[in-house]
Amino acid sequence: MLNYLVKRLISTIPVLIGISLLLFFMLRMLPGDPAQVLAGQMATPQEIENIRHQLGLDRPIYEQYAIYLGHLARFDLGRSARTQNPVSQEIWARLPNTLLLAVVAMGLACLLGIPAGIISALRPYSWIDYAVTMTALFGISMPVFWLGLMLVVLFSIILKWLPAGGTGGWQYVILPSVTLASFVVAFIARMTRSTMLETLSQDYTTTARSKGLTEKVIVVKHAFRNALIPIITVVGLQFGMLLGGAVLTETVFAWPGIGRLIVDSILARDYPMIQGTILVFGLLYILVNLAVDFIYAFVDPRIRYD
Amino acid sequence: MNPPEAPLLAVRNLHTRFHTLDGVVNAVDGVDFEVYPGETLGLVGESGCGKSVTAFSILQLLRCPPAEIQGQVEFEGVDLLGLDKEAVRRIRGGGISMIFQEPMTSLNPVLKIGEQIAEGVRVHKKMTHRQSRRWAVEMLRMVRISSPGSRARQYPHKFSGGMRQRAMIAMALSCRPRLILADEPTTALDVTIQAQVMELMQELKKEFNTAIVLITHDLGVIAEMASRVVVMYAGKIVEEAPVREIFKDPRHPYTRGLLGSIPVIGRKAETGRRLQEIPGVVPSPMEAPPGCRFHPRCSEALALCSTQPPPVIRLTDNRCVRCWLEAGDNEKKTSDFV
Amino acid sequence: MTDASTESPRMTQPAATASRFRRQWAKLKRNKAALVGGVLILVFVLTALLAPVLYRGNPSAPNLMKSLEPPSLENPLGTDELGRSILGRIIYGARVSLLIAVGVIAVGIILGIPLGLISGYYGGKVDFIIQRITDAMLAFPGFLLALALVAVLGIGLKNTMISIGISMVPIYIRLVRGCVLSVREEIYVEAARAVGTRDAVILIRHILPNVMVPITVQTTLGMGTAILFAAGLGFLGIGVQPPTPEWGAMLGSARNYLFHAPHVATFPGIAIFLAVLSFNLFGDGLRDALDPRFKL
Repeated sequence: MLNYLVKRLISTIPVLIGISLLLFFMLRMLPGDPAQVLAGQMATPQEIENIRHQLGLDRPIYEQYAIYLGHLARFDLGRSARTQNPVSQEIWARLPNTLLLAVVAMGLACLLGIPAGIISALRPYSWIDYAVTMTALFGISMPVFWLGLMLVVLFSIILKWLPAGGTGGWQYVILPSVTLASFVVAFIARMTRSTMLETLSQDYTTTARSKGLTEKVIVVKHAFRNALIPIITVVGLQFGMLLGGAVLTETVFAWPGIGRLIVDSILARDYPMIQGTILVFGLLYILVNLAVDFIYAFVDPRIRYD
Repeated sequence: MNPPEAPLLAVRNLHTRFHTLDGVVNAVDGVDFEVYPGETLGLVGESGCGKSVTAFSILQLLRCPPAEIQGQVEFEGVDLLGLDKEAVRRIRGGGISMIFQEPMTSLNPVLKIGEQIAEGVRVHKKMTHRQSRRWAVEMLRMVRISSPGSRARQYPHKFSGGMRQRAMIAMALSCRPRLILADEPTTALDVTIQAQVMELMQELKKEFNTAIVLITHDLGVIAEMASRVVVMYAGKIVEEAPVREIFKDPRHPYTRGLLGSIPVIGRKAETGRRLQEIPGVVPSPMEAPPGCRFHPRCSEALALCSTQPPPVIRLTDNRCVRCWLEAGDNEKKTSDFV
Repeated sequence: MTDASTESPRMTQPAATASRFRRQWAKLKRNKAALVGGVLILVFVLTALLAPVLYRGNPSAPNLMKSLEPPSLENPLGTDELGRSILGRIIYGARVSLLIAVGVIAVGIILGIPLGLISGYYGGKVDFIIQRITDAMLAFPGFLLALALVAVLGIGLKNTMISIGISMVPIYIRLVRGCVLSVREEIYVEAARAVGTRDAVILIRHILPNVMVPITVQTTLGMGTAILFAAGLGFLGIGVQPPTPEWGAMLGSARNYLFHAPHVATFPGIAIFLAVLSFNLFGDGLRDALDPRFKL
C-alpha cells in the first residue's frame, strides 16, 4: 500500500513540472519586459531593476527557470501589482472561502447525484430513468452563472428568503453552493447510472441474489460498493470542473474567493496575481487527484495489498 | 425404478423467453424433469442449448434481457413461479443454492471471503454477526481450505481459481440447502483441480444428503457424479435415462453424437470428450428448424424429421427419448394427421 | 443466455459502407431527443444566418429613453439598460456564438488532429513530449485553461476563440491518438506500409477515416461547450466586449439591474441554455447511433 501511495506521489511530479513550465513561459510570452510587467505600471526604475535582478533575467533561460522554480517552491510569487500585497498572502486569505464553497457544493452534488443515478440504474428505461437522464442533460447544458442569477431573482428578490450575495452566516452559503452543485450533479448522476448498470449485471451480483439477500443489500453492499471506484474518479475529476465553475459563481454572488480574484487580476492585468491564482488552481486539482488515489487504496482491496 | 419418494424438485413444461431487440428468443421450450432428494441429476448439452437458462429460471435469477418464465417449478410441493418475490428470496440460498461457472467473476472483489459466506447465513439461519463469521470459517475448513481463519479475512483476489470455487461451494452449502444447482462448476478450472473439486462435491453431497443438478457438457464429469442424465438440445429435452444406460445404450442420435461414437457394447465411453464430433452448431433459438430441431445435423434423419416435431417415446419406466427413430409405425402414421 | 458466446463487433473498418450509414441514420432518426436537438441546432444556425432579416435595426444602438423596459409589443423581450431590444440582441448574439463555436472547433481541430495523429502514429520521443504537454494542460479544467489563456492573450472576440480553441486541443489529441493506436496495428495499415505507401498517405487515407466517428461526436459536443465557455468569459467581462451583442456579456451587465429588471437577465440565459442543450442532445444521439461503445 505504501508502495502504491509513493508511486502515485511520484507520478504528480511531471505534471507539476509541466504546470511550472506553462506558467514560466506564460510570463515570457507577454509582450514587453517581464520585469516591467511583474512590477506593474507604477513601478520606479529601481523597483524594476530589483525585480530583474531577483528573477535573474540577465542570466541564461534554464538558470532563470531554476531560479523561478526556487521561488515557486517557497511560494514566493511576488507582489500583486494592484494591491502591492504579497500574492501568497492574498491567496491564503481567500482560499478558505473557495474551498468552503467547493466542498459544500460537492457534498450537495453527491447527496443528490448518486441516489438519482442509482434509482435510474435500478429502473433502466423507465419514466424515472428518463426523467433523471433528461434532468442531467439539462444540468450539463445550463450556464451556471445564469442559474445563479435566476436563483437570486427567485429567492432573494421575489421571496426575500436568502441574501443575494456577500458573506456572513450559513445562509450566504446556500445559493452559491446550490448553483455550483448544479453544474456537477449531472455528471455524477450520469456516471453513477452507467456504472451501476454495469455492476448490477456482473456475475457477483447474480451470486449475491442467489444467496437470498434482500434487494437493498444487493444494491448497496454488492453493486454500489463496486461502483464506488469509478464514481470516486468522476467526483475527483469534477472537483476540477467545480473550481472552474467557482470563478463564475463567485462573480455572481460577490463571493470573496480566489475565483473572483483571478477575474479581477485579469481585468487589472495584475500578472503576478494571475500566475499565483492559476498555480493554486493547478495545485488544488493535483491534490484532489492525489486524494482520490489515496481513497482508492481504501475502497479497492486489490490496490491495498499489491 | 424411480426412487419411491416424492420429487424434491419438479419442473413442468418450463418455457423461458427473452424479449430482445432482434425478436423473441425461446431459450427453454417446454422442459420437464424431476430431481429426487439426495440424487445427482446431470443436465447435459452443448453451449447455448438452454441448460444454464433452465437453472437460472428455477431460481428466477434472469434479469437482463427481460425474461418471461412460464410453467411450473415445484420445490417441495410449492410452485416457485407462483410465489411472491419475498418468498422466492427465502428459497434462494436457503432451500436451493447455486454454484456458478466462473469463479473469477462470481465472487465480489471488494468483500472478504468470510463475509460473503456469512451474509447468506445471517439471512437464512438467524445468526449474529459473530456466530455467522465463525460459521463461515467452519465452512471454509469443510471445503478443505487450509488456515481458514485467516483465509476468511482475505479478499477473492488472493484466492486461486480452485480455491475460489471451493469458497463458492462453501457458500452454497452454508445454509444446508436441499438442492444445489451447479452450473458448469468445474469448466473454468484446471483438470487436476477439476477432479479435486468434483471429489469434494461428491463427499459433501453424501454427508448432507443434498441433491444436485449438475449442468455440464463434460460427459466424464457426468459419468463420475450423476445417477440420472437429462440431455438437452435447442431448448428441449431429447433424452432422459439412468447414467449407466445412457453410456451403454444411448438412443437419441444427438446423445450418440455427444458420446463421440456409435456405441460399441461393452466399451466404456471415453471420458472428457467434447462435442465437436457432431458437425454444425446448435441453431440459434430464433431460427430453430422445423420438425426435429436436430435433423439438420443428424446423420440418421428420416424425411419425416424435417417436417414433424418428434414425440416423446417412453422406452422403459425411467427412460424416454424424443426421436422418430424410436417411434412405432402407429405414431408415425398418426402424426401425419396432426 | 450465460454460456452463449457473443461476437463483439469490430472496432475498425476501412470505411463506412452505405448500408451501415443507413442503419445509423435510421437509429438517429428514432432517437427523439437527438431529433429535437437537431431541430434546435437548425433554428440556431438559421437565426444566426438570417439575423438581419429577423431583426431590422441596429442591435447595438442605444436608445436611453427606453432603458430597462419590460416586455411589450414593440420589444417582445423588453429592453436592456441602454434601451436596446433584447430580442434583437439575442438574434444577433446567435451570430456571435455560432462564429465563436466554429472558430473554436477550427482551432481545436487544426492543432489537435495533426498532433494526435503524429503522437499516435510515430510514438517514441515525439509522442512522449506531446503527451506530457497534454497531461499538464488537462490538469486544468477546460474553463480555467481558457481563462488562463485569456489572461495571457488578452480579452476580445478573437482571443476568446483562440483561448477556448487551445483549451480543447488536448481533448482532440487524446481522442485521435487513442484511435490511431488501436488502428495502427490493423492489418490493412500493415499491408499499406508493406507496399511502401508514404506515411502521410497512410495517415490520411487509412487512419483518418477511422477516427472520424469519435471526432464528429466530440465536435458536436464541443460546439456546445464552446458556446458555454464563451458565454462564461463574456459574463466575467473578459470575453467579447460591448457593444457587440454576446449572450454571456448581456447577462454580465444584466446582473447590475437584477432587482429592477430581472427580465434582462432571463432571456439571454435561455438562449445560451437552448443552444448548448441542442448540441448536447444531438451529440448524445449521434454517439449512441454511431458508436455505442464510445460512452462517457
